[in-house]
Amino acid sequence: MGELAPKTGKSTHVMQPALVDGFATTRLQDLLAWAQKYSLFMCPFVTACCGMEFMGVTSPRYDLSRFGAEVPRFSPRQSDLLWVVGTITQRQAPVLKRIYEQMAEPKWVMAFGTCASCGGFYDNYATVAGIDKIVPCDVYIPGCPPRPEGVLDGLMLLMDKIARGDKRPAVVKPRVDPVDLPTHGLVQLASKKRESVA
Amino acid sequence: MAQRLVDLLKNQFALAVLETHAQHGDETVVLDPGSWHEVCRYLRDAPPAQMNMLIDLTAVDYPDRDPRFEVVAHLYSLHHGHRLRVKTRVGDQSGDDAAVDSLADLWGSANWMERECWDMFGVRFIGHPDLRRILLYPEFIGHPLRKDYPAERIQPLVPYRIEEANEKIAPFGKYEGMPFGRQTHQTVITDGSDPELFPESVDAHPSRSH
Repeated sequence: MGELAPKTGKSTHVMQPALVDGFATTRLQDLLAWAQKYSLFMCPFVTACCGMEFMGVTSPRYDLSRFGAEVPRFSPRQSDLLWVVGTITQRQAPVLKRIYEQMAEPKWVMAFGTCASCGGFYDNYATVAGIDKIVPCDVYIPGCPPRPEGVLDGLMLLMDKIARGDKRPAVVKPRVDPVDLPTHGLVQLASKKRESVA
Repeated sequence: MAQRLVDLLKNQFALAVLETHAQHGDETVVLDPGSWHEVCRYLRDAPPAQMNMLIDLTAVDYPDRDPRFEVVAHLYSLHHGHRLRVKTRVGDQSGDDAAVDSLADLWGSANWMERECWDMFGVRFIGHPDLRRILLYPEFIGHPLRKDYPAERIQPLVPYRIEEANEKIAPFGKYEGMPFGRQTHQTVITDGSDPELFPESVDAHPSRSH
């Protein structure tokens, strides 16, 4: 049920003894995961301003149907992927939990934006500091709001995890971490400043 | 412009007007809580005032003062175009008996604003038709915008999850989110000639090749 046994080595082999025909061997779990990762029916749980960026992501320009993830099902019972987009208040937490529980296995949860991931700057009496306090979360997408490119990164990361059978949560990171580049703008400026002071 | 109003109130309700001041041209009248409803009704109905719009109603908590709370209402006249801010001071140090007359029968907009004021500050409005919490949930204990509400206190409706061992491992993997979709299947396309993959030749089993 959405869980795959850990595997080692190469799983899928396509054999082409002749040019016209051939066959492939694979594991059943891999075949199921391959099907699941390309048919992520979404259940949008949109509560706040990240919703505007979510609309951008679902627009034709970014074309979620490339990933088979474009179909919204506004019933959680028909959905695979719960997009939690925006701030979740304490008052809304029971609703979110109920929506999650209504989804059929296998199911995945995406935390869209900083508020859904950790509460963001809403550190107060009214806000749940991250949806993982309520429901298990698979992919965290940081950003306030995240760029559509970041969201696509998160979606592809989730597909990757489904294919690998990896149930651990993941966070979307920038492709290049500026800290890793000693000559990057801000870091360089800081070091130059230190030199000039010294 | 609203100075005329302040003078009018001072003449009409000499005992009810405790003090007046102006900030950046906005006149403010501080009223006795017992006359709160009466003066507001006068401000709504009297021809020189005609404050037919209640713009805002809220409260301020001054924990060092006695009375502790200041209830603030902003009034506006669509006929005359003038504004007036009226305040009243209620509540002792504990804040339990903070109460003032409701304005919900004078202005419809007071209904929800007084509910919010009760929700956030715990100021009761006597005569309000339906004084329930409006933003927070009924199970909430206390009033969060009071200065003595602990800043870190949360009251979850759903018990928080206890993270299982393998569900959240922090920090996340070093390359998490970067090599996505590239190391997934490890699919190998081969013609069957690789002896490591296929120790027995494909030709030895001709039935398999079809």
